[in-house]
Amino acid sequence: MTRFVLKRCLYALGSLFILSVTIFLLIRLTGDPATLLAAPEAKEADLQAIRVQLGLDRSWAVQYVHFVGGALRGDFGTSLYYRVPAGTLYWQRLPASLQLAAVAMAISLLVGLSVGILAAVHVGRWWDSVGKLIALLGLSMPSFWLGLLLIYVFAVSLHWLPTSGRGTAAHLVMPAIALSGYFTAAHMRLTRSSMLDVLGSEYVKLARLKGVPETWVLVKHAFKNALIPVVTLAGINLVLMINVAVVVETVFAWPGIGRLLYEGIEFRDFPVVQTVVLLGGVMVIAANLTVDILYAWIDPRIRVER
Amino acid sequence: MPGSIPASASSASPISYPWSAARRRLREGARELPVVPVTILGVTLLAALFADALAPHDPVLGNLRHRHRPPAWLAGGDVSHLLGTDHLGRDILSRLLFGARISLLVGFTAAVVAGALGTAVGIISGYCGRWVDQLIMRIVDAWIALPAISFAIFLAVLLGPSEMNIVIILAGIFWTRYARVIRGEVLSLKERDYVRLAVVANCSMWTIMRRHILPNVINTSIVLSTLIVGVVIVAEAALSFLGVGVPPPKPAWGLMLADGKEGMMAGYWWVTLFPGLAIMLVVLAANLLGDWLRVRLDPQLRQL
Repeated sequence: MTRFVLKRCLYALGSLFILSVTIFLLIRLTGDPATLLAAPEAKEADLQAIRVQLGLDRSWAVQYVHFVGGALRGDFGTSLYYRVPAGTLYWQRLPASLQLAAVAMAISLLVGLSVGILAAVHVGRWWDSVGKLIALLGLSMPSFWLGLLLIYVFAVSLHWLPTSGRGTAAHLVMPAIALSGYFTAAHMRLTRSSMLDVLGSEYVKLARLKGVPETWVLVKHAFKNALIPVVTLAGINLVLMINVAVVVETVFAWPGIGRLLYEGIEFRDFPVVQTVVLLGGVMVIAANLTVDILYAWIDPRIRVER
Repeated sequence: MPGSIPASASSASPISYPWSAARRRLREGARELPVVPVTILGVTLLAALFADALAPHDPVLGNLRHRHRPPAWLAGGDVSHLLGTDHLGRDILSRLLFGARISLLVGFTAAVVAGALGTAVGIISGYCGRWVDQLIMRIVDAWIALPAISFAIFLAVLLGPSEMNIVIILAGIFWTRYARVIRGEVLSLKERDYVRLAVVANCSMWTIMRRHILPNVINTSIVLSTLIVGVVIVAEAALSFLGVGVPPPKPAWGLMLADGKEGMMAGYWWVTLFPGLAIMLVVLAANLLGDWLRVRLDPQLRQL
C-alpha cells in the first residue's frame, strides 16, 4: 500500500511539473510576456523596464525556477487591474465558487440518482425514456444558454428570482441549475448503468430468492453498492464544477473564480488568468490522486494491478 | 470480367479485414440509419454550404431602423425577417445560416486535427512502451487535468481571437482524450498473434504501427471524433460568448448569444433563443450519431 501511494504521489508530482512547464513555455513561446503585462500604448523603454523587473532578461531555466518558487510560496504575480496579488484575489473568490458548486452538485445528485434508479428499475419503459431524454438534453444544452433561458423565464417574465449577483438563497437557484445540467446527465447515466450491473449480480438474485421484499432488495442490496462509482465520479465532478463554471458565473455575474477569469480576459489581466488556470489544474490533479488512493484503500486488488 | 475479381480480391492486403467487417456492419446499419441526427446534421450542412444563396439578408450589415423586429409570426414582425432582427437590425435567420458555416468548420476541423494527432500519439505511446509511453502519458495526464474551458481561455488570451486560433487551441486540448483511449487499445492489440508474427517477419516498427495497429483503432477514433465534435462546438460557442473566440461582427452562434443578452432583459427573447437552439440541435445530433456509431463500430467503447 505504501509503495502504491508513493508511486501515485510521484506520478502526481510529475503531472504538476509538466503542468507548470507547459504554462511557463506557452507564455514564452506565443510572444513576449512583457507585452501581456504592459499597457497597449507602452513604449519600448517601458517594455524593457518590465522585462528587467520580472527577470525576463535572464535565462529560461532561471526564470522557471523563479516562477515555480513564487508559486510554491503562493506568489502568482500581481493583478494588473486590481493592483493586489493574484493569489489573494483567487482565495477571496473561491468560497463563492465552492458554494455554487456544492448546490449544483446537490441538485445533480438529487435528480441524477433518483431518475437513474427509476430508469434502471423500469428499464425499457416510460421512466427509462424520461431518463434518456434528460441525459440527452443535459449533455447537449450549453450551460450558458440554459442560464439565459432561465433568466428570461424566471427573472424577466415571472419576476420570481433575481437576474444576477450573489446575496440571498434565491440568487443561487438559477446559476446552480444551469451549472448542474451537464453533470445531472452524467450522474444519471452512471447511476442507471451501475444499478443495472448490480441488479444482475448473484447476491441480488439470492436476496430475491430468499424472499426479501423488492423495495428492501433495491435499497439495501442494490442501491448501496451501485452508489460507489457514482460517489467517485461526483467527487471528481465537484472539482470540475468549480473550474468550469466560468461561463455560468459570467452569465449570472456570480463572483466566483470563473467570473475572476472572465474579468481577467476583459481587463487583459494576464497574471489573474494564469493563476486561475494553474490552480485549477493543481486542484484536479489533487482530486485524482485522492480518488486513486481511496480506491486502492477500499479495493486491495488495485494496489497489485499497477 | 469474372477473372478480375479474385485478382483484385487477392491484391487487397489481409489487414483490411477489420475495415471490411466494419463496412459491412455500417452497410447493414444504413437501413436503420438514425433519421433524426442525420437530418439535423444534413440540414445544417446544407445551410452552411449554401448560406450565400439561402440567406435573405447580409449577415453583418444591419438596418438600425429595423432593430429588434420580432419573428414573422408575432405582431410587429414581417416576412422579410422570418426569425426577427437583433439590436443592430441584423437578420437573425441570415446570421444563423452563416453561423452554421463557422460552427461546422471549426468543430469538424478541430475534431479531425485532434483525432489525427491523438491517434498518432496514442499508437506511438502504446506501441513503443517504456520511457516513451511514460513521458507521453504523464504529459497527457497533466493536460487532461487542466479544466478544458479555462485552459482554452488561457490559450485564447495568448494567441488572440480568430477561427484559425480556435481550431489550434481546441485541437491542442482535445487530442489528449484520443491519445489515452487509443493507447489503451494498442496495449492489448500489440499482444495479438498477427502483430507478433509481423515482428518475427521483420516488419519495421513504422510498418506495424501503420498497417497492423492503425486499421484496428481507426473505428474508435471515428466514434470519439463524432462525440468530440459536439464538445468542440460548445467550446467554440463558449469562447465566442466570452469574447475570446470568433471576433465580432462575424455571425458565430456564441457571439449571437452574447449579443442577445442585453436585449433579453428587455424582453427580446428571440435574439437569444434561436442561436442556442441551433447549437443544441447540432450537438444533440452529434451525440446521437456518436452513440449510434459506437454501437455499430465499437461495442467495447463505453467510456468517454
